[in-house]
Amino acid sequence: MISGSLQTVKIPERIRTVFLVWLAWMLPFFSAHAENWNLPQLMQMMAQNKAGKASFVEKKYIGALDQPILSTGNLSFMTPDKLEKHTLTPKPESLILNGDQLTLDRPGKQSMTVSLEEYPEVATFIESIRGTLAGDRTALEKLYALKLTGQVENWQLVLTPKQERMSSIFSSIRISGSQAKVNSIELNQRDGDHSEMIITQIPDS
Amino acid sequence: MKTKGKRLILALWLATLLACGIIIARTSFVSDLSAFMPKAPSSRQQVLIDQFHDGIIARLIMIGIEGGDATERARLSLELGTRLRTSGLFVGVQNGDVATEQRDHAYFFDNRYLLSPDISPELFTVAGLHNAIGDSIDALSGNVGLILKKLFPRDPTGETLQLLEQFAGNNQPRNLNGVWASRNGTRAVLLAYTRAPGTDTEAQAHAVDFIRQTFDKLPDRQSSIHIAMSGTGVFSVKSRNTIEGQVTKLATASLALVICLLLLVYRSPRLLLLGLLPVLSGALAGVAAVSLIFGQVHGLTLGFGTTLIGEAVDYSIYFYLQRAGHLDPNHFWRTLWLGVSTSMAGFATLLFSGFPGLSQLGVYSLTGLISAAIVTRFVLSALLPRQLNLRDLSRAGWVLDTLLCHAARLRWVPVMLTLGACSVILAHSEKMWNRNLATLSPISKEDQECDLQLRNDLGSSDLRFMVVFTATNEEPALQGAEQVGTILRRLVRDKEIAGFNSPAFALPSLALQRAHQQDIPPAEEMRQRLQQALHGLPVTIDKLQGFLTDLQTTRTRPLLQRADLDGTSAALLVDSLLIKRPADTLVLMPLRPLNGSADTPLDINHVESVLQSARLAHPIVIDLLEESTRLFENYRQEILLQSGFGCFIICALLLGTLKSVSRTLRVVTPLFCAVVCDTAAILLSGTQLTILHLVGLLLVVAIGSNYALFFEGAERSQSAAERRQMQVSLVVATLTTVGSFGVLGRSSLPVLSAIGNTVSLGALFSFIFSAILTRGKNKMAMP
Repeated sequence: MISGSLQTVKIPERIRTVFLVWLAWMLPFFSAHAENWNLPQLMQMMAQNKAGKASFVEKKYIGALDQPILSTGNLSFMTPDKLEKHTLTPKPESLILNGDQLTLDRPGKQSMTVSLEEYPEVATFIESIRGTLAGDRTALEKLYALKLTGQVENWQLVLTPKQERMSSIFSSIRISGSQAKVNSIELNQRDGDHSEMIITQIPDS
Repeated sequence: MKTKGKRLILALWLATLLACGIIIARTSFVSDLSAFMPKAPSSRQQVLIDQFHDGIIARLIMIGIEGGDATERARLSLELGTRLRTSGLFVGVQNGDVATEQRDHAYFFDNRYLLSPDISPELFTVAGLHNAIGDSIDALSGNVGLILKKLFPRDPTGETLQLLEQFAGNNQPRNLNGVWASRNGTRAVLLAYTRAPGTDTEAQAHAVDFIRQTFDKLPDRQSSIHIAMSGTGVFSVKSRNTIEGQVTKLATASLALVICLLLLVYRSPRLLLLGLLPVLSGALAGVAAVSLIFGQVHGLTLGFGTTLIGEAVDYSIYFYLQRAGHLDPNHFWRTLWLGVSTSMAGFATLLFSGFPGLSQLGVYSLTGLISAAIVTRFVLSALLPRQLNLRDLSRAGWVLDTLLCHAARLRWVPVMLTLGACSVILAHSEKMWNRNLATLSPISKEDQECDLQLRNDLGSSDLRFMVVFTATNEEPALQGAEQVGTILRRLVRDKEIAGFNSPAFALPSLALQRAHQQDIPPAEEMRQRLQQALHGLPVTIDKLQGFLTDLQTTRTRPLLQRADLDGTSAALLVDSLLIKRPADTLVLMPLRPLNGSADTPLDINHVESVLQSARLAHPIVIDLLEESTRLFENYRQEILLQSGFGCFIICALLLGTLKSVSRTLRVVTPLFCAVVCDTAAILLSGTQLTILHLVGLLLVVAIGSNYALFFEGAERSQSAAERRQMQVSLVVATLTTVGSFGVLGRSSLPVLSAIGNTVSLGALFSFIFSAILTRGKNKMAMP
């Protein structure tokens, strides 16, 4: 009985051991994404993005104001360096990056075009978004210290400016997403103000 | 002539020379650009000239730093800027450095409630404040929110942006590594405004030297990096140096040429020295006359003086012949005086030229020639022996006579050449004239290109259209600018123009500043209104204390004066648009045409009529490009008319003296052919005609008429020996003229080279054609 019971116990025990060994062996395969989820991989994934469209809701928390202020609109991106932000509310305006040229259009005002080369601060900030969307790790690392956390379905990339004149304005830029999609961009300013942009992809029609 | 008479003449002559010497010793010689600035006839054109004389444009030195890499250029630009600013020689130095930018921002921010175009009693009502602050909050959510949020607590109505927007669309140089750079980034650029006026060439030269030396002394400068400079002052200095260098060189070369020729022909140092007496006396008298009439002598006049050598020495040459007994004295002097008169008729037309340089030349040549002729007639007569033994030139005379005899058979050549030349001129008639006033300036093409590049880099090339008016002093000038500005703003809104610039943007009139102060409610009243205005907005009044304080400070602060602008780039804006002159103040308000393209014509008549219908009667709207073209046209017309008149006088003189139409025709025909062929040759060389070529052609007629007259005279002489001698002299005379004008043609100054080339070629043509055409068919070489 006992031996019999032992016998019955032993068999599952063995099976379990085998299973455990198998599991231990197989585990790396199952969890491959989680374990190897690293910057090169994110960048490679992002680099697959050739173009995309999204809508956005931006919330700005400004010290002088009692409430956050909201703006909404659309974004579009085309690799490697065409980026458009069309704000619809509360005041329509559009910001278009084309290569080195950044153009700001506001109804009733003169259109303003600047060369990024002349405005290194603006260029650095724009690069954080363009570089992430294009998966351009070299460009990003030139300007920021990068830290990636989370899993492929829910990752956070924190960019900390390396240059003094940039870090005196921004303490960090936090971009979060899943897979190759960016879901939000959070901007933390030195003076305590911050803004948060929630991005919703618009599927290709 | 009796000995007593001779002594009297010589004494008179020496006394005159002495007087001339004294006058010249006390003369100021100038060599700036003033001779190229016409006395403008219309009020619009006067603006062009006024800008040149009084405007900041005349005090502007553009500096480009080239070579090396961008970082190094930026460092040198900053260093140079700092050193130039502390030198005291400059009112302002701009290179796009952060310090100036910060001063600019501080000026506009601190004074926003005096400067902003939007300040009105309505802005400070509850509704006005509510709307303005609401708009600012909306703007905070936009892309420039990051910049605005710093301003918001003290400027919640967004005035700073409003007033900075007035300057939007102005071309700013590109900024690279913290300093201004050229569009392509290969040059760092700076602007320096001298304290000394642009017309003070001495001070400009000092400033230019100072910049160069300062740059050379900058620490750790790589030798591959150098500077280029341009601007009106730089041009004045350069042209002065060129003119001074050229005048000496040209005079020496011309004199050497003539001396060699005379020595070669006469082989007598004594005859040479005597031959030069009329020339030198003429030159002295000419300079003295210009000095007396104009108060100063331009270096270029002296440059032209070398040509006088060529013309005046002819008188001695002819006179030697006469004295050698080959010519009948009465006939000789008649011919000589006629020659002098025709030359003088030519030069006299220059007296009335709108270019001071040309009228000086007219006075100089006129006085010089007549003095040379008088000295030849009386002094040379007194000094030369009654019977002069010239070197026997008869062999050369024989050869020449034979040649010329055969030349008579070549009558068809000038005719064919002239016909051909006519067709060339017709073919070029469309683009015969160079309408660019710049071609008259003594600045080399390379320097003009460098100037254009730097201007483009600095974004200052679009100054084409502007509203211009004058006022008695600064305050009414600024009030006028504000009134015109109100109308122009409407035109901007109606999309008639893209924008405009005004000195009142940076410095409003005292009246407007006072009005702005009065628009601001007193402290308590203001606080209450703001409190109500904030209802429904996400901001509380305690966050906007800075706003309330700034408003009250503005109400009681002293008004802005020009001195408050010192150190900002706005100072230069005001100084360049508000030009103080001894009698009044000139206001310039540049207009920007739509599309930012200067090719799109802006309807200046429309703008002017709008301004006038608003009862702003006195402003005029000008298109600088069109004006300078029109200015050229006016001068071309003027010179054409004068030249035509000059030619008419010459023909009349000839006809009156020769008393025969056929003889006059014989003299005039070769001149006509020479002028036509000369013009065609200039056009064929790829040069477009300027008014200086016209002047040159006039001189061809004036000088060429002498040859034709003497050839004609030789033709009529009964003795073959006389004729041969005459022909030899004419060859020598032609060679001196062609030579001395040819030397002038080699000058690097366009003004001198245009006249020099035209006259030397034209004189050669006149000589050859006269030789061929004045000779009768029946005369044979053998007596």
